Order: sequence, then structure tokens, then C-alpha cells
Amino acid sequence: MKKLLTILLVSLLPSFAMAAGGSAYELDHYPGDISDTASLQRGAQTYMNFCMGCHSLEYGRYNRVARDLDIPEDIFQEHLMFTDAKIGELMTNSMDTESAKEWFGAAPPDLTLVARVRGTDWLYTYLRNFYVDASRPMGVNNRVFPNVGMPHVMAELQGLCGSIPLPESKEVVDKQSGKLIVASGCQEFYETGSQTPEEYDQTVEDLVNFLDYMGEPIQQTRKTIGFYVIAFLLVFLVFAILLNREYWKELH
Amino acid sequence: MIKRDNAFVAWIDRRLPISNAFEKHMSQYYAPKNLNAWYFFGVLSLLVLVNQIITGIWLTMNYVPSAEEAFRSVEYIMRDVELGWLLRYMHSTGASAFFVVVYLHMFRGILYGSYQKPRELIWLFGMAIYLLLMAEAFMGYVLPWGQMSYWGAQVIINLFGAIPVIGPDLTQWIRGDFLISGITLNRFFALHVVALPLIIVALVVAHILALHEVGSNNPDGIDIKKHVDDQGRPKDGIPFYPYFLPVHDLVGIVVFLIVFSIVLFFFPEGGGYFLEAPNFEEANPLKTPEHIAPVWYFGAFYAILRAVTFDVGPINSTLGGVIAMGAAIAVLFVLPWLDRSPVRSWRYKGWMSKVAIVLFAISFAILTWLGGEAQTPALTILSQVCMAIYFAFFLLMPFYTKYEKCKPVPERIPSK
Amino acid sequence: MTQDGVNTGRRRFLVVATSAMGAVAAAGVAVPFVRSWNPSEKAKAIGAPVRINVANVAEGELVTGQWRGKPIFIVKRKAEMMAALSQDDLKARLKDANSEVVSQQPEWAANDARARDGSDLSVLIGICTHLGCSPQFVPEVGPQDYDRNWVGGYFCPCHGSRFDLSGRVFNGSPAATNLEVPPYYIEDNVLTVGVEGPEA
Repeated sequence: MKKLLTILLVSLLPSFAMAAGGSAYELDHYPGDISDTASLQRGAQTYMNFCMGCHSLEYGRYNRVARDLDIPEDIFQEHLMFTDAKIGELMTNSMDTESAKEWFGAAPPDLTLVARVRGTDWLYTYLRNFYVDASRPMGVNNRVFPNVGMPHVMAELQGLCGSIPLPESKEVVDKQSGKLIVASGCQEFYETGSQTPEEYDQTVEDLVNFLDYMGEPIQQTRKTIGFYVIAFLLVFLVFAILLNREYWKELH
Repeated sequence: MIKRDNAFVAWIDRRLPISNAFEKHMSQYYAPKNLNAWYFFGVLSLLVLVNQIITGIWLTMNYVPSAEEAFRSVEYIMRDVELGWLLRYMHSTGASAFFVVVYLHMFRGILYGSYQKPRELIWLFGMAIYLLLMAEAFMGYVLPWGQMSYWGAQVIINLFGAIPVIGPDLTQWIRGDFLISGITLNRFFALHVVALPLIIVALVVAHILALHEVGSNNPDGIDIKKHVDDQGRPKDGIPFYPYFLPVHDLVGIVVFLIVFSIVLFFFPEGGGYFLEAPNFEEANPLKTPEHIAPVWYFGAFYAILRAVTFDVGPINSTLGGVIAMGAAIAVLFVLPWLDRSPVRSWRYKGWMSKVAIVLFAISFAILTWLGGEAQTPALTILSQVCMAIYFAFFLLMPFYTKYEKCKPVPERIPSK
Repeated sequence: MTQDGVNTGRRRFLVVATSAMGAVAAAGVAVPFVRSWNPSEKAKAIGAPVRINVANVAEGELVTGQWRGKPIFIVKRKAEMMAALSQDDLKARLKDANSEVVSQQPEWAANDARARDGSDLSVLIGICTHLGCSPQFVPEVGPQDYDRNWVGGYFCPCHGSRFDLSGRVFNGSPAATNLEVPPYYIEDNVLTVGVEGPEA
């Protein structure tokens, strides 16, 4: 009978493994690491400089971010907070939604949970795949978010691509030498930026890492606690099995 | 163990028969000695029920049932309340775990014919619990007020709109508004945290009392009360206390907790099946998510709903789908009267029953998976095939169980 | 169901060990339920230290601030008030004249002024230690209905507890302990209530 149970569970597994959702557009693989605090700190800085003006993080608090990212509160206040908010407050912004709608066609959404809604791969691809498109009001378009309302705010870093960037799967590598023949990403820049493509990828990786953290600030602690809980339960299981055997051996 | 000669116990016993109750339901309640791992899922359902009630009570301490505050208050629990994330994940993972153990518990009943005479009432109480559990889970999923909460509620409430004549008025009455709004949320909250749990707990008590009146079935479907010793104890029975509870069940409980913890601490979103990604976005009545699917435990019935793409005589496909879905649940209630087999367990039933049970299990699993997939022509045909198998399993049961050749059932439980 | 051949020592060990594991598990499960009742991040943000400018506090007058929803009494005491606080005949009438109950003030305020460095600026939580009413500030010296030898201080209208200008409770009051001195520090005439000193 135990076999039957196993069979049933195994037959259920594939349905769980196939993640729900999925975008119609080809996504690049996000390589980030949530436990890399330095990366999270850089990501927070990028966010505060380029994103916070329009996109609030209104379910999170400044002091929580400072604490989790190992940034002393006074340094955080000085370098990462551009409003007169108090350190314990929620990370709202004062952008007026009505005028925002006028400028961008839609109010810029809050991004606290965007990594949980869209996924890190999507964000990583989205932020690296803007290209010039004169037909759009902001002069730009995006490979994975067609007709996007947002301007390419990090164009001064990345530059602006002159054509639709290529997904990772379009990379061509010479099999013998291992050299890259066709690189993915932007093929020709319409405007160049201050960072190299590698530097910009790193910037975006850090930013997405920060957004991943914001989506669920507790995720690392959660895994640590889980490890101890499961270790305890395994020991508990040994005792439970021994006790069960002790009682049941007399029933024959 | 309770000792009758203890003065305190004796004092209570004269006023409340706790010793009698303990003997009737625990120490002198005899369970068959051949119960296997399938029999863990009853006690596990109870465990998850307790988890849901307690974590639920704690969640209401910080949750705010209003359209303006609900989504924010859930994030408040996830971020600002100390270990609030753990309580919330215990509740959300518990909801899915509940259906896992309940489905396995029900399937155990089908495998071993636990619904047959004299256990029809146990099955009926169980089915009532299952039905209310679906309502409870549906309303609970609305409470976080995310996009899936909103649009899931939209679709499910509109099912009632397919009912001829009264449909539109009925949906409006359920919503209490012209669209799903804070008014709907508030009534669902009241039902989810007070009314339905009360009824479910009462039904669970009835389910267990009815079980203890006739005794547990077993994998061989043998009636152990036929062979008793000179003191009236079933020869193939074992006292429930201490051998099953707590000693034997503890093993099952700890194994379950390990699996539960792995999901809770490492995959709380359950790969997008337990907590769906669009639900991390606040409800927006003007924007439907690209892909809307019910939570996995409704998948099978949702797939049956969608499988009806054709009109049947005067019944159009929408109404037909709702009828098919309702029938898929309703047919489970009459299962005890569909099975005409002289034996209980599939171990002694003929090959037709065995094939039918396996096909049924596979088709139910496929339907569950299909419920979460986007509709394509090929998948629609697959869902129609599975729906046909699902209904055939039940509707043909009176025939294949009656005419197939069964193996003889031994008088006593065979020793291994 | 025979008890023959049961190794009672082994069985007892396993029962005790497994029960102990179960108790640990139950205690572990209780942790989130207990800890979720602690003040949340939101409550902590609202209860964060407050800053009050004390440059313009006039001598002998009460300024009321607010910290964690409680009144904070700020009084700049006159020189004669300060002198009176150390007199033995006053101290003889007090329950805890030397601030020996450690829970009622930070270590550095266990002096007659019950203030940082014995300063004339008094900072007290304006909540009576009896049952939580807020006392009145009565600085005038002279007979009162509730005290013929009133030397100035705080009087609680709820149950008649009396305190001196350092918040020390008089004998014969229902309150048992002195008014609480909150953690605070003063820098550039700005009083910060809620922390012991500037954060590093």
C-alpha cells in the first residue's frame, strides 16, 4: 500500500513542477543572489536614484531596509532618503497620481511586490530591453512589454538601443573556440551610455535583487528557520518510529 | 491514561462521564489491526483543521476586511507583524494541505469501499464537510483582495448567473452590490471566519461519532466485529489508545509535518499553485489578469465546467457546464448507493472495478491539472475525455460492480 | 495485549523522550502566536523617539510632550525649587527619596533632581504609577485641601497620589512608586525622549 501512496504522490508531482503563468516573450535568465548584501545595497541605491521618484514601495519601511541591508540608519537617511520622511515610515512618495496619468498614460504602480507578480527573470529582461521607437510618446519601446508607457529612465547608464535587442537564446557561440560570435542584447546603440553592457547588466541584476528582497524581505530568515525546523522534525521522527515499534512489537 | 480510582477523576466522573467517553472512543475502541498508511489522512485532516482555525484566529487580529485596507493589511501581516509571515504561510499552505489530505482521505474511502453499508452516513457527513470546505476555501481566497481573489470570485459568483430565470438576481444578492466590492468582501469574511468553521467543526464531530458507532473499515473490508473473544473484543482489533493514537499516528503526523515544513519554509508559493502570482497585485475591477485560473484544488471541477463547450438540446453550453460541475460534486454524495458489489475493498473486487478506480484517479488528476492550464483545442478534447471517464466511473458503477466476478473475502484479517 | 516481554525501562525511556520532543514541538509552534502580539513595526514607528525643542521652556512652567501616546512632563525648575528637593525634612516625607526602585528611572537619574546630571530640567512620564491617570502640575507652595504642607509638585485627581517636583511619591499616597523618568538626552536644546543617547 505504501507503494500506491508513492505512485500517487509521484504522479501528482509534475503538475506542481510546471509553474503557473509564464510570459509570451522570451526571457533572459536572472543570475542574482538574494544573500549578496553588497548587491542589495547597490540595488537599493539604484532604486532610490532612478525609480523612487515615480514608484513607491509603500508596504515597506525605510528602517527595515536599512537594518536588513546592513546600512546604518544615519547613512541611509543621508544618502538614500530624498524626502523628509522619518526613518520608520512607509516608503511612499508624494507623486500626484492625476498628473502622473497625464504624463505616462497610467499612474506608475507601486513596486513593493512587483518581483512576486512578474518574477525576477521578467524584470531582469524588461529593464535591459528598451529600444528606440519614434512612434511611441516617450520615444522608446520594450521587447517584453510592447507599447510600454514608461520612459527608459536608465538610458544615461545603458544608452539607448537602436533596434530590438536579442534574447539570450539567440546567442551564437563558436563550438570549437568557445568564443561568442553573436552576443545577445543590444546589437547597435542609438545613443551610448556611461556604462558598458556588462556593467549595466550588473546594475540591473543588483536592482532586481533589491526588488526580489522587497517582495519578500523575510525570505532568507524563512529558509534558515525552515532548516532548523526540519532538522528537529527528523530527530522527532526517529523517536516516533522507535516508540511505535516498541508498542507494536507486542501485538502478534 | 485516565484511572477511574483516582479521586479527582472519580469526582468528575460522577458529574461528567469522562472515563466512559475515553473508554468508548479511545482505550476500548477497537480498530482493525491491518490499517495502513492510507488511514493517516483522517487524523491529518483533523490536524490541519486545527491549524487552520488557530492560525485563522490569529490572522483576524491584524487583517482588516475592507476593500480599501484588506490588501494592505495582508502585507502588514507579512512585513510588520513579528512572525506574521509565518502565521500567514501556515494558513495559506494549510489550505492547500487540507485539500491534499482530504482528497487522499476520500480516495482511501473509494479504494476500500468505506462508504458501503453500514457507513453511508459517515460518507455523507464527510461529503458535506468537503462541500463546505470548498466554500470556505473559496471565500478565504477572496480575503487577501488580490487580482486572483477578485477575478476568481467574479467567475465563481457568475456561475450562479447561469441558473435560468433567477440567475442575475441571485448573483446580485450574493454580491450585495452591482459588482464585487467591499460589501461582498465583508460578508465573505463573516462566513469564512465564523459561520462556516462552526458548521464544519460540528460536522466533523458528527463524522467521528458516526464512525465510532460502526467502527473503522479496513483495507480488506472485513467486518472485525463478527469474530470477538469471550469478553466481546474483536479478535482482529487493536485498542485505538495507545496503539493508533498517539503512538502509530505520531509517525504519520511527523512525516506530514516534514513535508508541510518543506513547502512552508522553502516553497510557500507552491510553484505558483498555492499562492498565485497575480494575487500579489491589489484587486483592480478594471483589469483582468492575462491568465486566470482557480486554485489547484478546484481545478478538476473547473476543468469540467469548461469542458462543456457544446449545447445539449435546450441547455446552452454555459448552463451545461454549470450543471456538469454541480453533477460532478453531487454524484459523490450518492456513491454508497451506486456500489452494488458484495465486497468492499478493491482487493477483492473484479478487474473491472480495479480498472475503473485507476482510470478515475488518473482522469481526476489530469482534470485537476487542466483546471490551471489555458484552454486550447487539444486540451479541451482531453478534458472532455476525462470528464466522460469521471462520470462513467460513477454512472456505470451499478453495472460493473454487480456483474463482475469478485474474489472471496476471508472471514478473518489475513496475517502477513 | 499482554504485557509479557515488555522491556519497561526501554519503553519508559522512549515514552519520556518522545513526549519531551512533542513538548518542544508544541512550544516551538507557540512561538509565532506569542511573538505576533509584540508591538509591530508600525507600532514601533509610531512609538519611535520624539524630539522636543526646550530652548524656550520658561522656568517653573509645565510643557507637555507626547511619547508612545503618553504625556511627557517637562519642567525647568527654579533655583529655590532645586534647593528644596535635597532638604532632609522633605525627603523624610517620601517613600523612595533616593530613587532606589530601579525600574522607575535610568541609572543616571537616581539623584534628588531625578534628571540627567542633576539638571534643573525635569522630564517625567506624566502617568500616575497608581492606576494610570495623569497627575496635575501644582507648583505653588502652600496649603492645599489634600496636603497642608504642600511644597509644590504633582497631584493625581483620581485617587489623591502626591509627588514632589522630581516626581517622588509622598508617604500616604496610594501610589507605591515614583513617577517614571523616560530614557532621554538633550543636545543643542533639543530634548529627545525614547533613547538614552545619540545613536552611533
